[in-house]
Amino acid sequence: MSITTLSRRGLFAASASLAAFSARAQQAPTLLNVSYDPTREFYREFNTTFASFWAGRGNPRPGINTSHGGSGRQARSVIDGLAADVVTLALAYDIDAIAERGLIARDWQKRLPQNSSPYTSTIVFLVRRGNPKGLRDWGDLLKQGVSIITPNPKTSGGARWNYLAFWAWALRQPGGGAATAEAATAQLFRQVPVLDTGARGSTTTFVQRGQGDVLLAWENEAHLALQEFPQAGLEIVYPPLSILAEPPVTVVDQNVDRRGTRALAEAYLTHLYSEDGQRIAAKHFYRPRDTAALRAAGERFPAIQLVTIDDAFDGWATAQRLHFNDGGIFDRIYRPGR
Amino acid sequence: MPGLGVSLGITAGWLTVIVLIPLATLALRPWELGFAGVVGALLEPRVLAAFRISFGGAIIAALVSIPIGILFAWVITRYRFPGRRAMDALLDLPFALPTAVAGLALTALFAPNGWLGAPIEQLTGWKVAYTPAGIVVALIYVALPFVVRTVEPVLRDLSLDAEEAAATLGATRLQTIRRVVMPTLLPATITGFALGFARAVGEYGSVIFIAGNMPMVSEIAPLLIVVKLEQFDYAAAAAIGLAMLLLSFMILLLLNMWQRRLRRGHE
Repeated sequence: MSITTLSRRGLFAASASLAAFSARAQQAPTLLNVSYDPTREFYREFNTTFASFWAGRGNPRPGINTSHGGSGRQARSVIDGLAADVVTLALAYDIDAIAERGLIARDWQKRLPQNSSPYTSTIVFLVRRGNPKGLRDWGDLLKQGVSIITPNPKTSGGARWNYLAFWAWALRQPGGGAATAEAATAQLFRQVPVLDTGARGSTTTFVQRGQGDVLLAWENEAHLALQEFPQAGLEIVYPPLSILAEPPVTVVDQNVDRRGTRALAEAYLTHLYSEDGQRIAAKHFYRPRDTAALRAAGERFPAIQLVTIDDAFDGWATAQRLHFNDGGIFDRIYRPGR
Repeated sequence: MPGLGVSLGITAGWLTVIVLIPLATLALRPWELGFAGVVGALLEPRVLAAFRISFGGAIIAALVSIPIGILFAWVITRYRFPGRRAMDALLDLPFALPTAVAGLALTALFAPNGWLGAPIEQLTGWKVAYTPAGIVVALIYVALPFVVRTVEPVLRDLSLDAEEAAATLGATRLQTIRRVVMPTLLPATITGFALGFARAVGEYGSVIFIAGNMPMVSEIAPLLIVVKLEQFDYAAAAAIGLAMLLLSFMILLLLNMWQRRLRRGHE
């Protein structure tokens, strides 16, 4: 097929969908969900399901758009004026930043059940087939000659969960405390040869560039990598203990009140907690909150001990200030002369 | 001067909206930190290291681009060969291709398991991707077309007569190049260097894939701006941006003055 016919077809398809889009916009409400990177596949399916559910209750079928990107960058877009009706981000810290600027009520995290996180995830190890370095637990990562791939906690929400999961493990070791955890974390990052800016970048570095012995990854990202690259020779290792990552969701009050979409936006988020929402989340490797849905997923989500950020770090605000802000513990690791 | 009012008005208005107002907001933003805060943010060892890497890398890349760029320009202006037009068009590709795509491709090529990265590491023991060398490779990629495209028209205009005259007066080929060709090319080369440098110093998209981004080692200044923004620290991000702007402006101004002196001496 020649290039011209291809592009002409593309053009035709684009104008057709544009026409469909504007026709729909005239009669039905639209909803913009501003989300983070690895939720792309999940929300694509959920949006269709929710639109049918909402239309089935006698409403006009809504047009739902989802925007994806690094969690922090997405939060900044909303702060700078992107008219998001709902935000579904990687960390509460990013939604807090929007709330601080008055777009969302301060107590947003109490508005929906379970810290406003309808699904959870955790941090796991992705290793080369056969696990040649024998990496079973966080302590094994510090063995001589083990090279670790993780994104930069300064730029990636996922990387902050990686860092905190390791820290939580280090605290629980015999004689463990803040000082030993900092020393262990410094050692861990000395064994990191590349700090990508986001989780997807690190996955590429590990899987396609062949760097490192282990990738610290979101559970769903690790499963996605297995699906996408079946020939790459990878396997997932669950450490006995990891962190409970709670990606939260909320309505952007200022935008829904201005656009008159509050009812739709709230129904959209509540539907995440429904049987359908929970089942789709599990299908895309997010751990459902609902125990029945979790049981139905079976061996997909091995039971490991999960510590929460509130128990181990006294919440996101404290963790961010102590560990990741300028002059925090993570910066100390890279201070010259160490 | 007919039309001066209208054309100057349009130019000034355009410049204000597209350049001056954005730069003014950048210049105003950092000061909520206070003067000492801005200086403190810039004198952090990690920020200083990033400036060294960004400006050093851009200067090296622009310098390396000069001989390669002149050679490229020479080949496409002086010779006729099949595929010359295609080669000419390929040279502009770095202008058009999203730099993230270029960064991914260069990383795949120069990674330790890449087509070029593997043999280079085997033969020399050097790593290219995920080291400062990788940064320079990506910056050469973006800087090179600027040198080629500024030198090329001058080479095209440089008539063979002058070179032939030099030859009839007894100059060797080397003398002709040194005394006739090079002085004519120098002002354009400086412009090419300046443009290539300016383009390279702010480059982000291609570099973050190949750099490895290790603090103090291979972390570029634009990445630090992104890091500050991730912490919602707009003022510190603007401080670094403003410092980059002023440093680049000074370097470009010096190059411009040098070039002007050369032109005057030439006439």
